[in-house]
Amino acid sequence: MSRSQSASQTAGPYVHIGCTASVAGLENMYGGCDLGADIFPPDVPGRKIVISGQVFDGAGDPVLDAMLEFWQADATGRYGANGPSGGWARRAVDAEAGRYRLETLLPAASGEEAAHVKVWVVARGINLGLHTRIYFDDLPQGQDPILVAIKDPGRRSTLIAQRSGDDGYIFDIHLQGDKETVFINV
Amino acid sequence: MSDKGPFNPQDMSLQPPALTPDYRSSRLRAPRHKLLSLEQGAGELTGPAFGQDVIGPNDNNLIINYAAPGAAAIGEQIMVHGYLLDENARPVPEALLEFWQANAGGRYRHKKDSYLAPLDPNFGGCGRTITDEMGYFSFRTVRPGPYPWPNGGNDWRPAHIHFSCFGQGWTQRLITQMYFEGDPHIPLCPIVQTIPDPKAIERLTARLDMEHTVPMQFRAFRFDIVLRGRGSTLFENKLEGN
Repeated sequence: MSRSQSASQTAGPYVHIGCTASVAGLENMYGGCDLGADIFPPDVPGRKIVISGQVFDGAGDPVLDAMLEFWQADATGRYGANGPSGGWARRAVDAEAGRYRLETLLPAASGEEAAHVKVWVVARGINLGLHTRIYFDDLPQGQDPILVAIKDPGRRSTLIAQRSGDDGYIFDIHLQGDKETVFINV
Repeated sequence: MSDKGPFNPQDMSLQPPALTPDYRSSRLRAPRHKLLSLEQGAGELTGPAFGQDVIGPNDNNLIINYAAPGAAAIGEQIMVHGYLLDENARPVPEALLEFWQANAGGRYRHKKDSYLAPLDPNFGGCGRTITDEMGYFSFRTVRPGPYPWPNGGNDWRPAHIHFSCFGQGWTQRLITQMYFEGDPHIPLCPIVQTIPDPKAIERLTARLDMEHTVPMQFRAFRFDIVLRGRGSTLFENKLEGN
């Protein structure tokens, strides 16, 4: 017996009600805790970093209603090894400039894949959630299969976060346009 | 073997394309490049898990989970229930489902919604649950109202409930919407109609379920959600003409 995959539909502009209730204005829902606020339990070892950036549309305007989810390996390259949802986080971009900020641990490479953080982007106007990856400009990328598969250096650079300061990385997401981010069919 | 292998590919014939000009918001938010294909690695085959400990006792009852003590949300009382399955019709157990919706008048409790329909002081509009070992889920709510939205014309959303679904792997992550059988707005809605296959739209349409409707209490609606499977039966699907 087989069933057909359910179709995706846009998360819409009010995704926060269901996924980050405090951002929608439901501050006291679920005990005031949004799922995915912290990516790892506090005692997990690793180098603390902050990834931040903005989401833009094809006109270069910030997208103010996106929700991002992140999934990554830990500092030893393992997925799912730090509690049931360790390595996963969720952020609503801010309503002023489409900014996000993720405080996390620098992931390690896993197999032949270079260190990266997976990102899933949903928003009004996005019919099917978009997958992409954040790599790091000061870490070796080796023969990472995704980066190797992207022949155009300009396109490849859309997946590389730029180091900024001691522990910061900047990673913007462009849904469309000259700087369009590479999105992945996982 | 099939429990560990890669997930079947996304069936793009069933999914809405990125650019759907009749849904105006997609015009500047649709990537124009083709998606890059990927061989699934450890991070695609795994994903976050959520235990019962994150779920509160009323999280799956939107009628009371935001209401003052003893009060209830206004609207038609319903239960939505069904199974979270994969393409092999196997249950997806212990998976987090989150849902959100407008109130009975079509108004969302969200800072950005200013529709003229009033907020219901006893309705928040969100809930969540975790599927059981058979992939089964259920929740109580009020039937949401249709509402108008800015899309360049006289556009109204059919009554709908948004669903966020986690599976057992990152590749299974899905957000979708559930519609109600018989809603005349379904064929008119540019968001619904981003889905190219009418059968795929039917599968997002919950059916009145009199068998589980409780007399004098609430009506039941049945809604199953199907995530990508693994250990491909996709080839067989294709032979059947799906």
